[in-house]
Amino acid sequence: MRLRRSMLFLPGANAAMLSTAFVYKPDSVMFDLEDAVSLREKDAARLLVFHALQLPVYREIETVVRINPLSTPFGRQDLEAAVRAGVDVVRLPKTDSAEDVLELEREVERIERACGRPFGSTRLMAAIESAGGVVNAVSIARSSPRMIGIALAGFDYVMDMQTERGDGTELFYARAAVLHAARAAGIDAFDVVYSDVNNEEGFLKEVDLIKRMGFNGKSLINPRQIELLHNAYAPTGEEVDYARRVVAAADQAERQGLGVIALNGKMIDAPIVNHAKRVLQRAEASGLRK
Amino acid sequence: MKIVKEALAGTLESSDLMVRVAPSPEGALDVVINSEVMRQFGAQIEKVVRETLERLSVTEGLIVIEDKGALDCAIRARVQTAILRAVENPVLEWSALS
Repeated sequence: MRLRRSMLFLPGANAAMLSTAFVYKPDSVMFDLEDAVSLREKDAARLLVFHALQLPVYREIETVVRINPLSTPFGRQDLEAAVRAGVDVVRLPKTDSAEDVLELEREVERIERACGRPFGSTRLMAAIESAGGVVNAVSIARSSPRMIGIALAGFDYVMDMQTERGDGTELFYARAAVLHAARAAGIDAFDVVYSDVNNEEGFLKEVDLIKRMGFNGKSLINPRQIELLHNAYAPTGEEVDYARRVVAAADQAERQGLGVIALNGKMIDAPIVNHAKRVLQRAEASGLRK
Repeated sequence: MKIVKEALAGTLESSDLMVRVAPSPEGALDVVINSEVMRQFGAQIEKVVRETLERLSVTEGLIVIEDKGALDCAIRARVQTAILRAVENPVLEWSALS
């Protein structure tokens, strides 16, 4: 179980941010070669990201590169740079179908073979940004064993739906569909960015919603949002106490060879034990909720 | 690689650098470095620049660096970008860029 609460976007052409973002300690950093980079700086950003990925400071943190779509003149070179530099995860934007992921997978396999990287070591995730992508979310999520997650990208999606960002009503179906697809495939689900970085209250309200829905986390565009998000995902003292008791009961049942776990006279099954472990993992990462 | 035209890469923002490259009429390789941290890191910056040029097989040209405290990885990336922008039909040889 890997914690992926915060995925921080970093503009690929910004040397200062690429060199320092690790200090904010997001769960994942996402070097962006797509929308955050102007057309005339695509070449420069690709090389900056290629070298930044090889910095020792990023060995301790999950690295993601958002490449340009493979249908553009930049996508394949972006992928070469990311895979050869040892990126953990490639994020494909504008994913409309499983075939988009399979095309990416074939390219990744080719590059892994060419550069001698262990086969299968490059993981994938897909951003869903259209009505078609939402409708195909299940097949996208199940398209490749390399997939670690799917993300909903709100801006393009609401444009495609002929609406605009508001109180979340406009994302109601898409959030539920993407989340269910991810869970059915056994992978992670990431919510949209919250772009009004000065509206802490609005951000926390949205985080509360997506946490209760079951999302693993969010894509973030400002480092200030990381601590707020991590704190919102941190458990309370009561939750940690209960989780410890659940895990202890499960350990005891396993030691005694019992198939049934009981705590205070109530049966506990595997999903509850797994949830308890996730609670303890979040507490270990960020302490108790403040 | 042969520099056939002037090219720029990078910015003058903090932790970055601006690289300007141009063909050399005399066929020499001249590297000029200006840096806010020249005294502490001038030799290291020059070493990174020259290594990067060597791996790209650049043997002549004028290379002017305006450094604003960039890490080595940014220096490599900016020099490579400027060179690739300054050559005819650039081909990315990833082994030479690592």
